[in-house]
Amino acid sequence: MDNQMQFEYNVEGGNFTRAGYASSQIKKILKQLNVDIAIIKRTVVAAYEAEVNVVAHAYSGTIYVDIDTEAVKIKLVDEGPGIPDIDQAMEEGYSTASSQVREMGFGAGMGLPNMKKNADKLEISSEVEKGTTVEITMFLNDKG
Amino acid sequence: MKIKEIVKILDARVVCGEDQLEQTIDVAFASDLMSDVLTLKNDNVLLITGLANLQTIRTAEMSDISCIIFARNKKVSIELIELARENEMIVLECRFSVFKTCGLLFTAGVKPIF
Repeated sequence: MDNQMQFEYNVEGGNFTRAGYASSQIKKILKQLNVDIAIIKRTVVAAYEAEVNVVAHAYSGTIYVDIDTEAVKIKLVDEGPGIPDIDQAMEEGYSTASSQVREMGFGAGMGLPNMKKNADKLEISSEVEKGTTVEITMFLNDKG
Repeated sequence: MKIKEIVKILDARVVCGEDQLEQTIDVAFASDLMSDVLTLKNDNVLLITGLANLQTIRTAEMSDISCIIFARNKKVSIELIELARENEMIVLECRFSVFKTCGLLFTAGVKPIF
């Protein structure tokens, strides 16, 4: 397809100094592409929540960003403990975050529900003791 | 309200964004929970918080928040200031509690989000 762009970022589990770096880069790219600011905000909020989750829960992860004229797709693949019960994890208020994560201003069980609210499409798959994959899709032409 | 008026009301220290004090904000929100900040839909929000770490700045960046007040006499790190500068944010430090900070700004006419 024409005008397709791909980016990749590594995320280090537990490194809160760097958490948000990838989402920040995604925001800069979308701004340069003149994407509507309301869509940018929803995209980067969802991406940042997902990135913080990787830092908070996984050992390491990779963020793959795929942008074309129709949509922005952000896929976060992590190696970590996985999510035993995704439905439970999606419940507002449910959290397994550590005290360190809570000290950072997160871990209230709001991340996944907020990702769902902001993303046009959210897909989560997980395997316990292997890792989790989160796919956020944002449509750029009012298809959300 | 203009940021420079807020600086005056709170006797705040301008940590960065000195050249942007003519900017105005529409509404304010106070929270130490960044997850709550990330649920806000409004634009042009002033954030009042006692949580002074890099994720506060990252959260503000994603939420398009350009002015943050660190209350409770919290001191910000050099790394925090650098990240805030990179994002062209205005950062203020204020010695009052979050409660008093909010009270003073509310009395002066700053509106809540809800």
